[in-house]
Amino acid sequence: MEEKFFEGRVRIPSGCAISGFIHRDGGMSDGGAIIASIATMRERSNGLGGGFAGYGIYPEYKDYYALHLFYSDKVVKRECESFLEERFDIINLSKIPVRKTPGVVDAPLIWRYFVSPLPTRLAESQLDEDEFVSRCSFFINTNMKGAYVFSCGKNMGAFKAVGYPEDVGEFYRLDEYKAYSWIAHGRYPTNTPGWWGGAHPFCLLDMAIVHNGEISSYDANRRNMEMHGYKCNLQTDTEVITYIFDYLVRKRGLTLKEACAVIAAPFWHKIERMPEKERERAEFLRRNFSGLLVTGPFSVILGYKGGLLAINDRLKLRSMVVGEYKNTTYMASEECAIRAIAPVLDRLYAPEGGEAVIAEVMR
Amino acid sequence: MNARARAEFEILKDRSRCINCGVCQKQCANKVYEIGQSGEWLIADERCVNCQRCVEMCPTGALKVIKNRNEPRSDGNWQLKAVREIYKQAESGGVLLSSMGNPSDMPAYFDKIAVNASQVTNPPIDPLREPMETRVYLGAQNREISRGRDGKILPEGKALRLDVPVMFSAMSYGSISYNAHAALARAASELGTYYNTGEGGLHRDFYEYGKNTIVQVASGRFGVHRDYLNAGAAIEIKMGQGAKPGIGGHLPGEKTVGDIAVTRMIPQGSDAISPAPHHDIYSIEDLRQLVDSLKEATDHEKPIFVKVAAVHNIAAIAGGIARSGADVIVLDGWRGGTGAAPTRIRDNVGIPVELALASVDSRLRAEGIRDRVSLVVGGSIRNSADMVKAIALGADAVYIGTAALIALGCHVCRSCHSGRCNWGIATQQPELVARLNVDEGVKRLVNLVTAWKHEMEEMMGGMGINAIEALRGNRLMLRGLGLNSRELDILGIMHAGE
Amino acid sequence: MEIYAKGMGFEQLNEAVRRCKEQEIVIRGCGGQRFIACAGEGRRIDVYGVAGNGAGAYMESGVLNIFGNAQDALADTMNGGEIYVFGRCGDAAGYAMRGGEVFVRGDAGYRVGVHMKEYGKHIPALIVGGRAGCFLGEYLAGGIIAVLDLQNTGAPLGEEAARGMHGGRIYVRGEAGVPLPDCVTAREADGEDMCLLLPYLEKFCAAFGGDAKKLAAEKFTLITPAPSNGVKRLYVSN
Repeated sequence: MEEKFFEGRVRIPSGCAISGFIHRDGGMSDGGAIIASIATMRERSNGLGGGFAGYGIYPEYKDYYALHLFYSDKVVKRECESFLEERFDIINLSKIPVRKTPGVVDAPLIWRYFVSPLPTRLAESQLDEDEFVSRCSFFINTNMKGAYVFSCGKNMGAFKAVGYPEDVGEFYRLDEYKAYSWIAHGRYPTNTPGWWGGAHPFCLLDMAIVHNGEISSYDANRRNMEMHGYKCNLQTDTEVITYIFDYLVRKRGLTLKEACAVIAAPFWHKIERMPEKERERAEFLRRNFSGLLVTGPFSVILGYKGGLLAINDRLKLRSMVVGEYKNTTYMASEECAIRAIAPVLDRLYAPEGGEAVIAEVMR
Repeated sequence: MNARARAEFEILKDRSRCINCGVCQKQCANKVYEIGQSGEWLIADERCVNCQRCVEMCPTGALKVIKNRNEPRSDGNWQLKAVREIYKQAESGGVLLSSMGNPSDMPAYFDKIAVNASQVTNPPIDPLREPMETRVYLGAQNREISRGRDGKILPEGKALRLDVPVMFSAMSYGSISYNAHAALARAASELGTYYNTGEGGLHRDFYEYGKNTIVQVASGRFGVHRDYLNAGAAIEIKMGQGAKPGIGGHLPGEKTVGDIAVTRMIPQGSDAISPAPHHDIYSIEDLRQLVDSLKEATDHEKPIFVKVAAVHNIAAIAGGIARSGADVIVLDGWRGGTGAAPTRIRDNVGIPVELALASVDSRLRAEGIRDRVSLVVGGSIRNSADMVKAIALGADAVYIGTAALIALGCHVCRSCHSGRCNWGIATQQPELVARLNVDEGVKRLVNLVTAWKHEMEEMMGGMGINAIEALRGNRLMLRGLGLNSRELDILGIMHAGE
Repeated sequence: MEIYAKGMGFEQLNEAVRRCKEQEIVIRGCGGQRFIACAGEGRRIDVYGVAGNGAGAYMESGVLNIFGNAQDALADTMNGGEIYVFGRCGDAAGYAMRGGEVFVRGDAGYRVGVHMKEYGKHIPALIVGGRAGCFLGEYLAGGIIAVLDLQNTGAPLGEEAARGMHGGRIYVRGEAGVPLPDCVTAREADGEDMCLLLPYLEKFCAAFGGDAKKLAAEKFTLITPAPSNGVKRLYVSN
């Protein structure tokens, strides 16, 4: 296909299936369950994107940033590696192991690096580690044609491709990873993305997001985030939502719940009925970050270190259910995706529009 | 303020010709003509919509309707129309409501495209003496050739056969009259093409034309039930309409009377509101859900059309529809007609169908999925040349709505929403409906489409093309005139002279 | 006949149902397969597990029992018959429903009963035993919706209930508990109103247990369209 239609050059609205779970007691499970879960919602994807993220998968390298990269060819790989070597101590590098799967074709080169920023370069940059890594990853994604960092957190990783999610899980051999939380995505893009970068999850540092819906505020949000130094290279909703969370939580110091009250701010008529303190807070958040209100349908599962967060748009235009069984919390677009891996539940409910559901590993 | 002074039209009655027969008064449902106490004619210009009914019916030719010669001061910015609209809103506090397609003088790209003809290097064809094929099938093509045990090829899915690539677009029973529907149904059946129920259900009298009927499923789901879904040759999911993208519809209670209510399956006199979205479709995968459920409800026997308004991101949207199991995508351009739409929406929202069609066809081809769906376009196809150009840009067939109504006698007075159509088309008043002679209407519709077919054949013949498949997407047969390079790029055509 | 649905795609499952000539069909191990009893007629289908989206869409007649939860778009454009959901149901249940009866024992999701309408003898009814999510009965044009809040949460309705309602009736056990739009009026249901609801409560209780008469004796709020509706006055001819 012509490159002018590649995702990033054009904006490709997508529908989707999402699913995720977290063992709040810190228990670990391999990728089999999350694959089984997302596979039940096949009608919500069309074979043009699938992906996963797991947390706790790299215990032996837990203090290093795990960079997952796509390369279109060896030339850009060499260029990118020399860029990384100048800035990072690379503890380990390897191809990400894959299994040939008929449903996944046209694979780029897929590499993984465990790195930590070189102290001299870090000091020179006057940035903290996270920001340093984030900027390097932006630099690669914006400036190195054919190289793409699709995951860059610690002790977590994303795995994504063009294909049905169950095939993508098989391709990346997720049965060989163990995680305390997993999220998954089956994508239904209106157009073929042309390459693998636009598949979900979208990641920045230890944050990974899967999302369903097409937001109507996209360009207002994008332009706002670009003002704050984020580059929306993919033009996807997921990308901009991830940046909004990163900006509000990591850079502005809001709690996740507060960030949700910005993104899915309550209607004014609802705010006016709140008790005074709550009203003041809601009013402040909505007023102060007005360019980050996200409208139109979305349901999002956000993975982060030690937790999962689920949120719908304030009108709840996408479906989302949450299930609990003992110490595990499940979140998915459809109940059947939860029942497929947890037939018996202690509780099952549908969160309200704009209601943030947070499940974290107990300390 | 004096409404008469601001009237849009002025009626000139030639007293020397008038024989006081009273026909004008009887013919005018807008009550323009009244007789005063002393027998003199009182003419209420401000009620006149210039539908020309009185002018045409006057036996002595005593009437003329002209633009009001009283012209309040206006300028290039504050034109009379803009001023009049402000008066209306200041007086009523209402949202401006209009009918028919966008009348503005924004570019009509069809008028800036020239069609090719053969000279010397290959021969033109004379369609009157040589074979010329205009038959089209709408529906998916087989993705893979699968054979039965006997080696016979098994076709997938169902296709609609059109003997001529023109269909009558969706206009509900309610927005137009019983007689208008009867004429469209019968004409479609005579022509070997299809008409569309719109979102008003299917009148029991018209089930017999089922094989030439496309039944529509819109957000209000009026008159939708299993038998209805199975009554037509295909099902059209209406997601949007070119005249009013992104908004729903509202047939007021005073129009949902008699058979209209019965056909819509709602109580007499109740408002028929079509929500802006289908509340079971908020995302592309939900569209697939509705397509699948309709296929399940009809045992996978009916092709599914999905009609969308031409909007900015139409190429991506069409890609999604093509991947949702739809067999036909209908693009409705911003010139498309309507029985009622808020003026501001009609005149400002959406994009021209020519650009939408060209970019959809190109994108679907770039993604290798153009064969999965057929493309139908509507939204002001005014003549056979528009149709030929649309097909060469990439359409399989066209829908006509306004053109069909004009054939039935519509005078484009843009007052459908009043419900007082003097020509018996956009009205439910029995005495007005009776003015539309169905037999004559059928004849006129058949004449129109037949004439267009001949004209199309002549243009095809001129290009040396004798089958419509060879015209479809054949953009080399088109050249732009006075278009900038961006426009030419989107249309995928060269400039004349190139 | 019994069908074990595990691992089946929805097309395969529904094809099996269509092919089956028996009047009673049991589907076990249902894992979210869609469109069960779509346009169904005259039969009884029992589903064990999770019924996928669009169960009972365009249903004409017959009975669909879901011994578990139903996902989204239950009874979409339903025309007749009865659906009993022994668990909860998802969003958009009863959208554009024209006839038939839906009984949900537990909670219902967002946008339930949107644009239900009635016609002649067709009076659609949707009875929710638990709470209903936001936008209940939006654009309601006809039919009956009842929310029983049997768990006594005191919050039977979500926000934005009855927006654009212009026909039909919404019964709520106890108080509505949320602000209602100008297009409707709410009052305590009287004896006559409850007579209309009673047959549905009886069916509900017969299926899920409980005493319909006792229930009907409790206080219900009735929401109906206000006599003059705003939509007509919105426009001016141009």
